[in-house]
Amino acid sequence: MRRRLATPRTGGLLALAVVIAVLPAFLPNNFYFDVMILVGLNAIVCIGLNLLVGYAGQISLGHAGFFGLGAYSSAILTSTYDWPPIAALLAGAAGVGLLAFAVARPIMKLRGHYLAMGTLGLGIIISIILTQEVDLTGGPDGMPVYGFSILGWEPSGVLVWYWIVGGLLLLTVWLALNIVESPVGRALRAVHGSEAAAQTMGVDVVHYKVLVFVVSAVLASIAGSVFVHYIGFVTPSEAGFIHSIELITMVVLGGLASIYGAVVGAAILTTLPQLLTFLHDYEMLGFGAIMMGVMIFLPRGLVPTTARLLRDRTR
Amino acid sequence: MSLLAIESLSKAFGGNRVIDDLSLTVRQGAVHSIIGPNGAGKTTLFNLVSGIYTPESGRILLDGAETTGLAPYRMAALGLSRTFQNLQIFFNMSALENVMVGMHLHCDSRFLPAMLRLPRIVRRDAEMAEAAAGLLRFVGLAEAVGADADSLPYGALKRLEIARALATRPRLLLLDEPAAGLNPAETGEIDDLIQKIAETGVTVVLVEHDMRLVMGVSEHILVLDRGTLLAEGSGEEIRHNPDVVAAYLGEEGRYL
Ligand SMILES: Nc1ncnc2c1ncn2[C@@H]1O[C@H](COP(=O)(O)OP(=O)(O)OP(=O)(O)O)[C@@H](O)[C@H]1O
Ligand SMILES: [Mg+2]
Repeated sequence: MRRRLATPRTGGLLALAVVIAVLPAFLPNNFYFDVMILVGLNAIVCIGLNLLVGYAGQISLGHAGFFGLGAYSSAILTSTYDWPPIAALLAGAAGVGLLAFAVARPIMKLRGHYLAMGTLGLGIIISIILTQEVDLTGGPDGMPVYGFSILGWEPSGVLVWYWIVGGLLLLTVWLALNIVESPVGRALRAVHGSEAAAQTMGVDVVHYKVLVFVVSAVLASIAGSVFVHYIGFVTPSEAGFIHSIELITMVVLGGLASIYGAVVGAAILTTLPQLLTFLHDYEMLGFGAIMMGVMIFLPRGLVPTTARLLRDRTR
Repeated sequence: MSLLAIESLSKAFGGNRVIDDLSLTVRQGAVHSIIGPNGAGKTTLFNLVSGIYTPESGRILLDGAETTGLAPYRMAALGLSRTFQNLQIFFNMSALENVMVGMHLHCDSRFLPAMLRLPRIVRRDAEMAEAAAGLLRFVGLAEAVGADADSLPYGALKRLEIARALATRPRLLLLDEPAAGLNPAETGEIDDLIQKIAETGVTVVLVEHDMRLVMGVSEHILVLDRGTLLAEGSGEEIRHNPDVVAAYLGEEGRYL
């Protein structure tokens, strides 16, 4: 039993569930609930991004683009075309999945710096389109969005949204752990470890690169859709370069190839700027400094480094 | 029929013909060695056969079926596996997981069942972990079962690559310098291991500079020089072949 509780699966999921369940008791007001909801949504995106970057070893500097596309799909389909929000969310996710699938083959042929440039370019194109298509998206000023509803039920109030996002986060962590601890997850890590060896062991490297790119894009899209209904408003900056960089920073800080690392990274880097609003103009400076500090002092990131320390100590 | 047949194979890198109109065959069973000086094209030949490189011309046949130009993962499915001269270990995984990747073609690797962690995925993973531990013991790495790959010494990594290659259940196993960098005792263990593998019915093609190892285990030796087949035959025939002595072994039996 104790062994079971110490595994990332049982123990980690349980710990995360407990944290999510008791946290509301410690949140003094709506502002903090708001921050926690954003933490949850960023964490969902970062989990997907970590499957791509940390596990499969393929960088993306354009993932905010997929988040933005999900957000705008939901915004446009519900507000302009009166779609039910859940249908808009699913359609957005499917559309983003198809787009990611279409661009994945050419883009995943790139390696290292070239892949970084390719995904960067993709994200920038998406954010330019969202800014330029004023009739559809409201342009740089963004557009308002109706609230969420599912089968006639409309979540309202920050606590309800908190539970929704908390539940989604738990679900995402569970699914991601399942993927990681399966033949698929091993194939992804093999692609990272050595493409030549992975192929020789029978792993279709291109297939898995495309797969993980699509999965991470779809997760970002879903988080974008939920985000937009919660906030009630969307601007192109959600899809922008700065947001992409924030997401990558969260993944690296929390720990590459660590599902809980993605959650921790998202929690820290979403909370800090909110608590340090007086520094607002220097927020990016802070991100940069943290990124440099982590690369120098904790190249494995917070969670893997801590896990290793604990493991070595209990030996 | 021969298990592996190479017909007029050529491969060049920027005008440098590394494999030059090469033809050879490897019959089913036993251990075959490919020897030759540095830069003769031995590793390039392995890369061509395993699908990592595509030849400019010529054909590769595995058990009579043409496989020229097939991707490496397709070659794996056809029963070909290999190790690498410069280690290609998955250092981001445990030793056991390295071997389990080798079983990729023998398990359900679809996305949805994995994401939902269906019971049969869990069950098969447990079976594979068991089998992988068995393979680690087979190559003499019993103590590596719980270890991370990046914590193992060089000699163990060489054997880990062999265990991983065996996990694909190959018919034809290509070993690229498995004893390079090993001390005599470790080389002796590799020698035993290669014979043990051959006894299980796997056809082994060995590239190796350690002539004692080559002469000891090989039933048949092919000598490659500048991308062409210089000679082939039994160890005794190769040892006394004047061309081979001039090109590779040296008058003094440099490698003997
Ligand atoms: N990818 C490549 N690009 C350019 N040249 C290459 C490439 N791979 C091999 N070569 C060249 O091809 C020739 C043969 O190399 P190869 O590695 O096949 O030799 P080898 O017989 O395995 O030698 P060794 O015994 O040193 O391992 C060398 O001159 C090498 O520089
Ligand atoms: Mg070589």
